Amino acid sequence: MAQVIRSPRVYDVCIIGSGAAGGTAAKILTEGGLHVVMLEAGPPLNPAEDYKEHLWPFDLPHRGADVGGRARHELNDEFLAPNGFWEITGEPYTSAPGSRFWWFRSRIVGGRTNHWGRIALRYAPVDFKAHSHDGMGDDWPISYDDLAPYYDKVESYIGVFGTKENIPSAPDGIFMPPPVPRCTDRIVKNACDKIGVTCIPARMAILTKPLNGRPACHYCGQCGRGCVTASNFSSSQVMIPPAQATGRFTLITNAMAREVMVGKGGKAEAVSYIDKSTRTERRIHARAFLLAASACESARLLLNSRSTVFPDGLANSSGVVGRYLTDSVGTSGAGYFPNLEKMPAHNHDGVGEMHMYIPWWKYDRKNDFQRGYHIEFGGGRGMPSVGGFDRVCEEEEGYGVSLKKKCRSRYGTTIGMSGRGEMIPNPDCYCDIDPQTVDQWGIPVLRFHWKWGENEIKMASDMQDTMRAVVEAAGGTFFSRSRNDPAHPHGIADGGVIIHEIGTARMGSDAKTSVLNGYCQAHDIKNLFAADGACFVTNADKNPTLTIMALSWRASEYILEEARKGNL
Amino acid sequence: MSAKSVSRRDLLRSLAIGVTAGSVLNAIPIEAAEHAHKLIAKEKAVNPTGQYAPKFFSPDQYKTLGTLCEAIFPGDADSGGAIEAGAPEFVDLLTSENPDYQLKLGGGIMWLDSTCNDRYFAHFRGCTARQQKEILDLVAYRSNLDADPSLSPGIEFFSLLRNLTADGFFTSEIGIKYLGYVGNTHLKEFAGCPPIPEA
Repeated sequence: MAQVIRSPRVYDVCIIGSGAAGGTAAKILTEGGLHVVMLEAGPPLNPAEDYKEHLWPFDLPHRGADVGGRARHELNDEFLAPNGFWEITGEPYTSAPGSRFWWFRSRIVGGRTNHWGRIALRYAPVDFKAHSHDGMGDDWPISYDDLAPYYDKVESYIGVFGTKENIPSAPDGIFMPPPVPRCTDRIVKNACDKIGVTCIPARMAILTKPLNGRPACHYCGQCGRGCVTASNFSSSQVMIPPAQATGRFTLITNAMAREVMVGKGGKAEAVSYIDKSTRTERRIHARAFLLAASACESARLLLNSRSTVFPDGLANSSGVVGRYLTDSVGTSGAGYFPNLEKMPAHNHDGVGEMHMYIPWWKYDRKNDFQRGYHIEFGGGRGMPSVGGFDRVCEEEEGYGVSLKKKCRSRYGTTIGMSGRGEMIPNPDCYCDIDPQTVDQWGIPVLRFHWKWGENEIKMASDMQDTMRAVVEAAGGTFFSRSRNDPAHPHGIADGGVIIHEIGTARMGSDAKTSVLNGYCQAHDIKNLFAADGACFVTNADKNPTLTIMALSWRASEYILEEARKGNL
Repeated sequence: MSAKSVSRRDLLRSLAIGVTAGSVLNAIPIEAAEHAHKLIAKEKAVNPTGQYAPKFFSPDQYKTLGTLCEAIFPGDADSGGAIEAGAPEFVDLLTSENPDYQLKLGGGIMWLDSTCNDRYFAHFRGCTARQQKEILDLVAYRSNLDADPSLSPGIEFFSLLRNLTADGFFTSEIGIKYLGYVGNTHLKEFAGCPPIPEA
């Protein structure tokens, strides 16, 4: 039996995870005067050393194809900011028979905010009251008005560009001016105007003006690699530093949380974690605990925290921890635009990711499915990358100077589109503990169960129709792999692939059917909170990160208030 | 630790301290960043150490690989070809790490040489230019399968090699220049789109 090393002190709050939720909580709680310790399962981040920003493909031996060319065949990107993985050696997860689920995890300070697409969309009022609207799923215990002030705070602090549009399904926020459109944006926008589809400037957590010492974007189009100037948002560069500056913040890296321990009074009193660098087990004591390890990792921690008081896992008297797991409905298509062959060479980089997008615009009519989706798009004359010429090579075949010239004329003529829509929770989609598998730290791993519902399949079909209509209205030729693959009807991506997995410890007003209250506080244990994607009730067609931060900010202010009242 | 990397770290530290005084954020201003980025790119860049030693292909096969890559994307008036772009190194490196590529590309080159031996009594590189063109014209098009299904392994091989050669060529310095990509730089303002030609 390994010796367990106890920490000598009791912190006010222990945060598990350093991403969107953890970083936000660290900033608010420390600035509010509390002493905070944070556990991060990965190493520290040094942007100057670790980011591949501004490298060319030819600066890397694998040119971006990664070892063995795996970036060509898997969902990998050699240029991506460090330590974001689809598979982690020694830390597996499993899928139940008949289920396919992908789980992207980051093991680095800042978590997945180092890797996300910076898309920062508010949930709409109806997204919080979806059940009242159409009878499906459940309502949130909070409303848009409860969260709106926190959206304001988050946007004002992190910096988000966008425009006021007064679209009910896509509420406006506190916006910086958007960047001007790229050619590809103008083509799509014109087509959308022709066929009555709404297309507006995107809302992205990228600075177009300096903010709090962070310079404005320099338009290299490489946000996903990590930004040395911190001109886009990541928790590691924007949330953690102010927490550190308070002097009340302790960050413990390479610390893999194993279990939340409960004391005699039925309150959480410690977290047991593995120090990966020494492979020893340690404990951190605190007066309150905030889980921010990502929806599924937080659910795993709760399910693995079994005790005589909580035999089915911590805060799980309802039995719904791990249930109500959803991801976004995602499917893709693309268009080839011959007129782009004649574009003169010009700098098309812009910000990382999209300048414009198609918000959900059919909220005012009856559709074949419930809820909504938005469409993201991009393409054009970006930095050439591996795999980028497969299509022209396969279509044109041959070899020699003529093929070389074909590749040149086809370069930059494609616009890719991706639908992102709301999935309604269903009983077939959940995660539980795999009784047969532990990771290399001895911690039982998650097992995923997944099946798309009919509503999602219909939605994917409608996305394909919309993408085709937009491409054709713009004079392009639409192509999509969606028809050839019976395992993915209408090209619908496997669960988890869109990396919007949420809902595994949902909030609610009824302790029998939910894990948390509206402040992300466990019904069963008052000093336990989960402020990451686990707390979501619906998975609207809005990328969840902005809402995670708003919820975490709100939960943190509630914790400060409870601390002031002496309730911690 | 080389003196160079220490100097970079020092530079970045001084930048971070100097300009973000009053801010607690880990950010460096854009002017300083431009300099730092260039330094980082330079230091992270691959240091070419002369002749490349193939990791997977035999020396003879590697020469054949080079001939094939160059045939796929040859030099012309506008740019150098696949060999100058480093495509054979790239293909060999990936193949050395990927058992599937080892089968398809390693086996493919063997197939090509055997087929040339059967047809022309010489391996591929021993064939005349006319013979090489003849066999490449057979493996470069899927439609040739209708007349001769036995070409299948060669066609699969050539298709994969063509994709990888495209990767190697168009991610090289000369390939990127050939395409006319403009970017990967620091702009104060993003200019947007020049007039789009009519469809």
